[in-house]
Amino acid sequence: MHRAWGGIAQFVKRGWTVAAARYAGILGGALIAYAAVLLLAGKDPIRAYADTFSFALGTRYGFSEVLVRMIPLLLTAVAVALPSRLGLINVGGEGQLYMGAWLATWGAITLPSLPKAVFIPILIVMGFVGGGGWAAFAGFLRARGWVNETITTLLMNYVAPLLVGYSVYGMWRSREVGSAAFPQTVAFPDAARLPRFFGTRVHLGLLLGMVALLGLWFVMERTKWGLKMRAIGGNPEASRRLGIRLGLYIVVVMFIAGGIAGVAGMAEVTALHGRLRAGFSPGYGFMGFLISWLAGGSPLGILMMSFVLAIVFSGGTLLQITQGVPFSAINVLMAIILFVVLANPRFSSGALRRGFQRGGGRR
Amino acid sequence: MRSRNDSTILADRNSGAATPIASLRGISKRFPNVVANDAVDLDLFPGEVHALLGENGAGKSTLMKILYGFYSCDRGSISVDGEERRISSPLDARMLGIGMVFQVFTLIPAMTVAENIALYVPDLSVRFTARSVGKVIDELGDRYGLRVDPRAAVRDLPVGDQQKVEVLKLLVGRARILIFDEATRVLAPHEIEGLFEIFEMLKRDGYAVVFITHKMREVLACADRITVMKQGRVSGTIEGRQATESALVARMFGGSVPDPVFRQGGDAPGDPILELRGVRTHPIGMGVGLRDVDLVIRAGEIVGVAGVSGNGQRELGDLILGLIPCARGKRWILDADATTWSAGKIRASGVGFVPDDPLGMAVVPWMTLAQNAALGDVETYARHGGLSIDWDHVQRDIAASFDELSFEALDAYVPVRAFSGGQLQRAVLSRELGRRPRLFVASYPTRGLDVRSAMAARRVLVDLRERGGGVLWISEDLDELCRVSDRLLVLRDGRIVGEFLPNEMDRQRIGHLMTDSGGADA
Repeated sequence: MHRAWGGIAQFVKRGWTVAAARYAGILGGALIAYAAVLLLAGKDPIRAYADTFSFALGTRYGFSEVLVRMIPLLLTAVAVALPSRLGLINVGGEGQLYMGAWLATWGAITLPSLPKAVFIPILIVMGFVGGGGWAAFAGFLRARGWVNETITTLLMNYVAPLLVGYSVYGMWRSREVGSAAFPQTVAFPDAARLPRFFGTRVHLGLLLGMVALLGLWFVMERTKWGLKMRAIGGNPEASRRLGIRLGLYIVVVMFIAGGIAGVAGMAEVTALHGRLRAGFSPGYGFMGFLISWLAGGSPLGILMMSFVLAIVFSGGTLLQITQGVPFSAINVLMAIILFVVLANPRFSSGALRRGFQRGGGRR
Repeated sequence: MRSRNDSTILADRNSGAATPIASLRGISKRFPNVVANDAVDLDLFPGEVHALLGENGAGKSTLMKILYGFYSCDRGSISVDGEERRISSPLDARMLGIGMVFQVFTLIPAMTVAENIALYVPDLSVRFTARSVGKVIDELGDRYGLRVDPRAAVRDLPVGDQQKVEVLKLLVGRARILIFDEATRVLAPHEIEGLFEIFEMLKRDGYAVVFITHKMREVLACADRITVMKQGRVSGTIEGRQATESALVARMFGGSVPDPVFRQGGDAPGDPILELRGVRTHPIGMGVGLRDVDLVIRAGEIVGVAGVSGNGQRELGDLILGLIPCARGKRWILDADATTWSAGKIRASGVGFVPDDPLGMAVVPWMTLAQNAALGDVETYARHGGLSIDWDHVQRDIAASFDELSFEALDAYVPVRAFSGGQLQRAVLSRELGRRPRLFVASYPTRGLDVRSAMAARRVLVDLRERGGGVLWISEDLDELCRVSDRLLVLRDGRIVGEFLPNEMDRQRIGHLMTDSGGADA
């Protein structure tokens, strides 16, 4: 009992006092630098920020959109944080997200009509398998000691969107009147649409994200598998000597992580778009990597950072409309944050950084 | 003893040198949580071998690293040639003629001997010629018995020669004080004698040699003056010729600590626990592969393995633990063909281990003792199908195991990287022996440990043998092996090249077998 309290106290301490100050510093610095960029572009940064925050936090619609943006960020961040505990660097969230969406789409448009209560779980599993298989391949190569997973997952990011593009331009292309001009599939049947809540676009994915986050914490901190995984991340050599099957863990963990990213992709297409489009993700997977890095792999940190970045993200859309700032200007802000974090390794604490340090192509 | 004779001969030193070449006065150095040096005084005289003796963590290396400018002292002063000097970097130290040979060599393996040494020539001309440096190397080599081929690549040299290159580097850099940090650790017995001969020649030319070690025998064999350190303080300085083992022990520990004599090769050995039959392995990385190894370890037997490190010791241990596969041959464990067993299965069948680097190979450094103990046997402590872990059970087992081995208890909720080498080794031993292994692979179980911890480790491993366990004991400490082994094997180049029973163990012969040098047949 006393241990449990200690754990919680430590968790809260790590999650709040240290992390909050650190993240506030990072974000403050980045926002100031971004303000300078906006100034250079001849825009009014104060107006821009005021608009963004009053929209995102002050309106019901704005807040719901922030939550919608947050879902894929949350899931892809977990997909990075989980393998990082084993010292694996999964840069492939984007590709895994695409593959999850791809396989789920295949299910949505080819399976016969099913009741929603059956269809949705099937699609979730398909999204999971799609992303998971994609990542497990990289995990397999790593487990056999052939290829560093950072390289494979990164490069496979460029393959997955092309596969999606190939499908939506080719065999799956919609022949519907009016939409045939776009590279997209037919609309999914209603039973294949992920449920949304409160009359907003907030969908079941939020719940899945929370479950993933809680699961990450519980499995890592409480279970025997978590203990073994942290041991692998902490000292692969010792783990091997203690009889832990490193290769198996690497492949399975990569599969689960990729699966979580795949669910993010599945949720995007089935809940929001209702069809698969080429290039439907504005880089959620990369953003998830950034979030996990910023949060040092801690679940609470991931929750906070994905919320904040979701505000920034929906602000990007808003500024595009109200101030004529191109959406891609957001990338400038993201890059600044990344630079700040990378420049000072102390910012990224804990497991993730350890993971990065021992990244090399070791067996 | 032979070593006593040596030391009386060596003690016949050049007594004209009355003024110290360097004096340290009141040196104090604190690290977080530990006082490494506490008001230490030390004088180094030219033409003298000065041994710094003490347990691990007594502050010997710290003191010399302060002299070498590697650390700065919190208090105290250093004078060289009677003048007080500030030494704030190794560069300062080198300018004053102070050089140090570290435990881990600082050579560049891909470059030749001449190139490595040229890096230390103070006034190297812009146009570097290997020949001019080579000439200097040859001259110095002849004078001090440091003959090395200047054109050989350093990575091709045996360890003993690499050490010679380190010494040559210092000589070329005009060092007058040569500090050797645990210099004999990597050497075979006859190489150690070679090193002491080099000391002798350096001494004749007025060099001051400082020799840091925790091995009493070596100190008695080569030192003119012995300073014993204990817990950061000097507990006595003795003239080499007056030193006796018991006097040194008294100063190291503040009381004599007899190391028990172990029974060797007593009862008839029991049933075989492990058998390797004609095993070969593929070399991994820069290592060697095992070649045609036949080995039996029986219940109640300690099989020692001697060899110069890098001759297949690690491979042999890893093979038994199932970390590397047999390319050919069979591995039998407890009458079952274990050739294809995984590491996990072999461990579960009752095999324990202590690796040569406990922090790097046996534990997760930032995890606590309890977590590391749980890792040793996760399935035993898992509850609810693995959804939780019974930490109370882990705690009880740690306490029971420490108790049984008569180790003093350690804090179970501190990351193990905070432990000293001895504490860590005790933690690993208690975890591994708590599982009651039938077979135990001990790789360098006492390396880097202070004398007390080393004795404790030896004691529990011998106890395991008494209780009927089989032990494979890999070590570079030949004295230790000769004292505990029921059989001693010599490993060279991945082969077992010799086998000795307790009454046949002859250090010279074993040493020559280890290095494949002349005299093996003598």
